[in-house]
Amino acid sequence: MSLIEIKNLHVNIEGKQILKGLNLAINPGEVHSIMGPNGSGKSTLAQVIAGNTAFEVTEGDVLLEGESLLGLSADERAVKGVFMAFQYPVEIPGVSNMIFLKAAVNAVRAARGLEELDAMDFLALVKQKITLVEMDEGLLKRSVNEGFSGGEKKRNEVFQLALLEPRFAVLDETDSGLDIDALRIVAAGVNAMRAKDRGFLVITHYQRLLNYIVPDFVHVLVDGRIVESGDKSLALHLEDKGYADWLQTEPQPASAR
Amino acid sequence: MGDTKELETARTLEAIASEKYKYGFVTDIEAESVPPGLSEDVIRLISAKKGEPDWLLEWRLKAYRHWLTMTEPTWAFIHYPPIDYQQIVYYSAPKKKGDGPKSLEEVDPQLLETYAKLGIPLNEQKALAGVAVDAVFDSVSVATTFRETLAKEGIVFCSFSEAVKTHPELVRKYLGSVVPYSDNYFATLNSAVFSDGSFCYIPKGIRCPMELSTYFRINAAQTGQFERTLIVADEGATVSYLEGCTAPMRDENQLHAAVVELVAMDNATIKYSTIQNWYPGDEEGKGGIYNFVTKRGKCAGHHSHISWTQVETGSAITWKYPSCILLGDHSVGEFYSVAMVNHFQQADTGTKMIHIGKDTSSTIVSKGISAGRGQNSYRGQVKILPGADHARNFTQCDSLLIGDKCGAHTFPYIEVKNPTAHMEHEATTSKVGEDQLFYLNQRGIDDENALSMIVNGFCKQVFRELPMEFAVEATKLLSISLEGSVG
Repeated sequence: MSLIEIKNLHVNIEGKQILKGLNLAINPGEVHSIMGPNGSGKSTLAQVIAGNTAFEVTEGDVLLEGESLLGLSADERAVKGVFMAFQYPVEIPGVSNMIFLKAAVNAVRAARGLEELDAMDFLALVKQKITLVEMDEGLLKRSVNEGFSGGEKKRNEVFQLALLEPRFAVLDETDSGLDIDALRIVAAGVNAMRAKDRGFLVITHYQRLLNYIVPDFVHVLVDGRIVESGDKSLALHLEDKGYADWLQTEPQPASAR
Repeated sequence: MGDTKELETARTLEAIASEKYKYGFVTDIEAESVPPGLSEDVIRLISAKKGEPDWLLEWRLKAYRHWLTMTEPTWAFIHYPPIDYQQIVYYSAPKKKGDGPKSLEEVDPQLLETYAKLGIPLNEQKALAGVAVDAVFDSVSVATTFRETLAKEGIVFCSFSEAVKTHPELVRKYLGSVVPYSDNYFATLNSAVFSDGSFCYIPKGIRCPMELSTYFRINAAQTGQFERTLIVADEGATVSYLEGCTAPMRDENQLHAAVVELVAMDNATIKYSTIQNWYPGDEEGKGGIYNFVTKRGKCAGHHSHISWTQVETGSAITWKYPSCILLGDHSVGEFYSVAMVNHFQQADTGTKMIHIGKDTSSTIVSKGISAGRGQNSYRGQVKILPGADHARNFTQCDSLLIGDKCGAHTFPYIEVKNPTAHMEHEATTSKVGEDQLFYLNQRGIDDENALSMIVNGFCKQVFRELPMEFAVEATKLLSISLEGSVG
């Protein structure tokens, strides 16, 4: 069974149709990448999978291991193991990053039938995982994302990925706003989390990220549909030629894989 | 974001903000009350019941006669039907057996049970370590714990009525010295009819070894509570004082018009913290306490320091402005406030900082949270008088809105009569962001916990001013008050 299966997904926001029949299946252990021009619906797809109710699903389904996610709230999806690394991580003034992370880890643990971690055990976990993203421990004491640089915010996202150990993770333009060193560190963090029972969907504008997080499959999203799928060489082709091929002609629906 | 999300948010917020008021029970205890209504006879009766000296009765009558010439203030941003002052019971006390309790062992077990249920054990063995409590039930103080421990340091901590008998010279010297009997409509009413409250005197150079606390409970129906608290910290003394309040759920509104006076001499420090959780009324705005309170501190001596911290989550209407008169040179006044309104609650609260002495400084941090149809106003006055050279003030008032039917208002008044003054004022208004909720949700944190986390983060600057146990209590209280405000 696929880990994530997206079937004929149609999505509106404020009456405007963004996704127009998107199909995609991701198996455990696979890393898929979605590329596409601005406004093609990449971030919408991420938000819909994560359960943002600002988006209205008018048709189709999103399944996690055969079970529809659409009736579940964002937090219910999260504790089932759906994770999204935000393109623009949100600042929460006055809430220490540490307290937030502990609440998140314990919410997920509770859903998995595991005991809550106490402060000491949590600290031990943090010390172990924080090395993956080479994040400054000082950021743990600060308010969530408040005053973090772009790079620090993205590291904090990948750090959360490492702490929460989801079944499936969507990375929404995690490379945006990163310099090359930060990009390498963030990618290394993601790669360390690759596992045979975990799936990834990497959304990006640029092929550059895919040099570091090498995908098993690459899909091209144009105007709400996947118009072409291939292996990592497709990304190189896009880097070369851009999206002109698909933008000029009316795209034909194509299903992924 | 779309309308769907807004609706959802509103619904979750509502769900969280609707937990029941858990202190709403009534203690069935025989009470001794005077009939409703106010007259010189009622005042004489209250005074006689308490066996007061003539000077105090005269002071009450002076206040009453002055009150008759006053009109209820209307400048606050609050709305309520006219109060019929002749319908209020001005004195109600649990009936005493014999002469009244001489020690904790003699306190009516039913009263002890009431306080235990409120989480305030009066049994010293079970009491919170390091907190001495004066328990005020309707119009009278029913017990004061740890008195002997405090007496060893020369600290006087007892009910106001008792202080009138045992330390008349102190009471007479300081009563009305900060809030005169003619001060304002509600304070003047209080001066005429006040029944009890706490009195505290910290002698020279003494650092009070434990937190002092008064727990106010309104129990009887149709009864107003008019307590009066007076705290004096002599030269170099330090005290931290906590005040908590609850009342049963009743359909009619009840009036609470208290007065608190603080006096800090040279180098003295008074820290006064309040957790106000009077019954706020139901979801339709029925019932609840009218909390019309005058609190003022006088930094009489040089380098004296008065700090007010308040967490206001209860009451149908809150009207209070804990203030500081910065008389002594180098004196410091602080005001840290969290005021939360939900459903139909209204709050008009803030502070006054009156700078008179040289090199005086004041800090104001106000955090207003509005949910449901609540209306929250910050009203603050900073006044720098001509002699207050190099005075400084920092004011920050932040408002947080939950949902789109509530309101937040800010009314700052600044009056500077000395060119060397240094003033800073910051104000922000924000909405609990759907993006913030979604971010926390996406990490597995449900709406209720997410909202509570955001709101507590917003209040952090104030909560860290509270003594430890009360910071925990405040956090919990805020979550309860928020219930039914997320959707």
